[in-house]
Amino acid sequence: MHFKVFLDTFWPNTIDGLSLGAIYALIALGYTLVYGVLRLINFANSEVFMIGTFGASSALWLLGIRTESIKTGPALIGVLVLMFVFSLLFSIATALALEFVAYRPLRRRNAPRLVFLITAIGASLAISESVGAFGSKKRDTYAFPRVWNTRAKIFSIGAGDVQVRNLVTVVGAILMMIALYAFVNKTRLGRGMRAVAQDSETARILGVNVNQVILLTFLIGGIMAGGAAFLYFLYYESTRYSVGFLLGVKSFTAAVLGGIGNITGALLGGLLLGLVENYGSALLGGKWKDVVAFAVLVLVLMVRPSGLLGEKLGRARA
Amino acid sequence: MNQSLGLLGAVSGHGVSSMFKLVVNFAKFIGGAGLGAAAAVALSVAWKKFSPQRAAGAPGLLSGQPKAVRSAIAVAAIAAVYLLPMWSGLPLIRTKEVDFLTLLCSSVVPFVLIALGLNVVVGMAGLLDLGYVGFYATGAYTVGVLTSKHATWPWLAAFPIGVIVSLLIGVLLGAPTLRLRGDYLAIVTLGFGEIIRLSAQNFDYLGASEGVSAIKRPPSLGFEPYSESLNKWYWVIGLTLILIVLFFLSRLENSRVGRAWTAIREDEDAAELMGVPTFKYKLWAFAIGAAIGGLSGAFYAGQLTTIYPTGFDINKSILFLAAVVLGGLGNKWGAVLGGFAVAYLPERFRFIDDKRFVVFGLVLIIMMIFRPQGLLPRRAGGKSADRDAGNRALKKLSEQLPGAKLIGGSK
Repeated sequence: MHFKVFLDTFWPNTIDGLSLGAIYALIALGYTLVYGVLRLINFANSEVFMIGTFGASSALWLLGIRTESIKTGPALIGVLVLMFVFSLLFSIATALALEFVAYRPLRRRNAPRLVFLITAIGASLAISESVGAFGSKKRDTYAFPRVWNTRAKIFSIGAGDVQVRNLVTVVGAILMMIALYAFVNKTRLGRGMRAVAQDSETARILGVNVNQVILLTFLIGGIMAGGAAFLYFLYYESTRYSVGFLLGVKSFTAAVLGGIGNITGALLGGLLLGLVENYGSALLGGKWKDVVAFAVLVLVLMVRPSGLLGEKLGRARA
Repeated sequence: MNQSLGLLGAVSGHGVSSMFKLVVNFAKFIGGAGLGAAAAVALSVAWKKFSPQRAAGAPGLLSGQPKAVRSAIAVAAIAAVYLLPMWSGLPLIRTKEVDFLTLLCSSVVPFVLIALGLNVVVGMAGLLDLGYVGFYATGAYTVGVLTSKHATWPWLAAFPIGVIVSLLIGVLLGAPTLRLRGDYLAIVTLGFGEIIRLSAQNFDYLGASEGVSAIKRPPSLGFEPYSESLNKWYWVIGLTLILIVLFFLSRLENSRVGRAWTAIREDEDAAELMGVPTFKYKLWAFAIGAAIGGLSGAFYAGQLTTIYPTGFDINKSILFLAAVVLGGLGNKWGAVLGGFAVAYLPERFRFIDDKRFVVFGLVLIIMMIFRPQGLLPRRAGGKSADRDAGNRALKKLSEQLPGAKLIGGSK
């Protein structure tokens, strides 16, 4: 175990871990919400995210930005807003397509759980491989022009630099979550979601339009994934067809870690996983980073499947 | 237009126009593949509709024949399959890039075995395992380590060890996780599959990213290496392994274990209530599935002689699942069909090669909507027949359990 490396890189890892964790948290919300309302692991949420990253890049392309061209002031804000909106649109479109093409027909046929899961996996595979097989760069990485100097250093803690992108990611994620929390807890539609999550039959009897709620859930999951895609895009300035899978599994880990169905849990789980991943890779070596994440997944599910903050909705054990 | 887009592509990236091209390409592809899929679905629907109606309990075409005739047909069928390599020249069957015989040994046999094993876990016991490739890798790497990397055992000695190690890993993985509910079990097995692959990639003991090479092949009986006769002999070995597994599975289906799986799969709560030790039987399913997976991996390693960790990724796991789902969940002949289809069709129809996984993903979605029971369903009669089978199995099991009282079957 490389304790010295761990100590030396503690602050950089903490900063990076929190930033990445914020992205995990947003994607985790997509999983946690759909699971809470439908008891379904929306495997394809990872691809909803991936398509969102291509949305952000489409915005840049549409604006005619091909090479690095740093913007400031209102121009910068305009570009960022457009990128954000496009990410959301692409993600929402994918999420809704999934519901209409893959999941709704199954619900109409009263399919058993196994069938839903298999469909979700098939959809995830089909979407990611389509981009890989039909995209202009196929399976290579798409690198994007920089419009904002997100790697500018703001301040330092110890050996670590807090860059613009770190702050943006964490603050952005928290803002989106506050909005979500307000929606779920303070609006009528949000109440409908909570009702269906608790007991869909009773909710239906009491007049809640369950189909509408389900659509809404996928919509919101898509928004969160789109937001995550926007932040990811700013952070890494590149994307490829396969970014979905690993991020998706890790985000799901975050959701379970925090407690599936629990919004605060998603945030906590995401940030925690981001930190643990980075610390683990410092202690054990970089190549073990993903193994650490998967190990966390396995351990949480084996030891405490209800997560840290307990399951708000649904049970984990058979 | 294409040139400038290429330049732009190099500098900028993907954009709306490329997105549009992507959609158009995808649509063209879907058109072609969709026709194929539609044809398959139409065929199976037509088959069902136009097959002669039988009164319930009346003998079918094959089962109505006297035993001697049935045995003769079976022997003839088996002999025909053994002689399959003789037909590899036929234009209908011939594969372009890879020699058909090599394909049979290095791809079809492992896939059929894998499908049979995964069918036990997913189809018979109803446990969704997304990390099945882990057992495949365990069998392959055990053989690799024992015959090449750290010892020089012959393949024949190494392959049973591969099976045993896989079985143990299956028990090790299953024991702490089989109490989890279906979706969570799926994810945890996915995690395990990835951990196994990443471990193979990270440990130098297992060859790291260079993999293991110079793995020994099954006994060659004096045939020249890489000759056609040798490959035919390997096909005989592979097919024999498949037949042994099929026989073993048919014994299993009619045993207490098989009945327990049917009961658990249809209604686990009812089974648990009736006193069936569900955990024990689920672990059995996992272990047997793992053993068969390891067997397949051991054979695969012996055919390929070089293995890399990248060959055992999540996409492979999903491919295996597609094979079982396509062929028919719970039906071992369906697993054979599905395994063969998944191994053979991409080679026969090479144009889909790069888009292989798109096709499989779509196949999964389409199958789940239109024919979730697969091409060869578990039993005729659909869901109600399955449920009845579950009830019958439960009733039979409860008679054998000490002190169990019949409360009443599930609806």
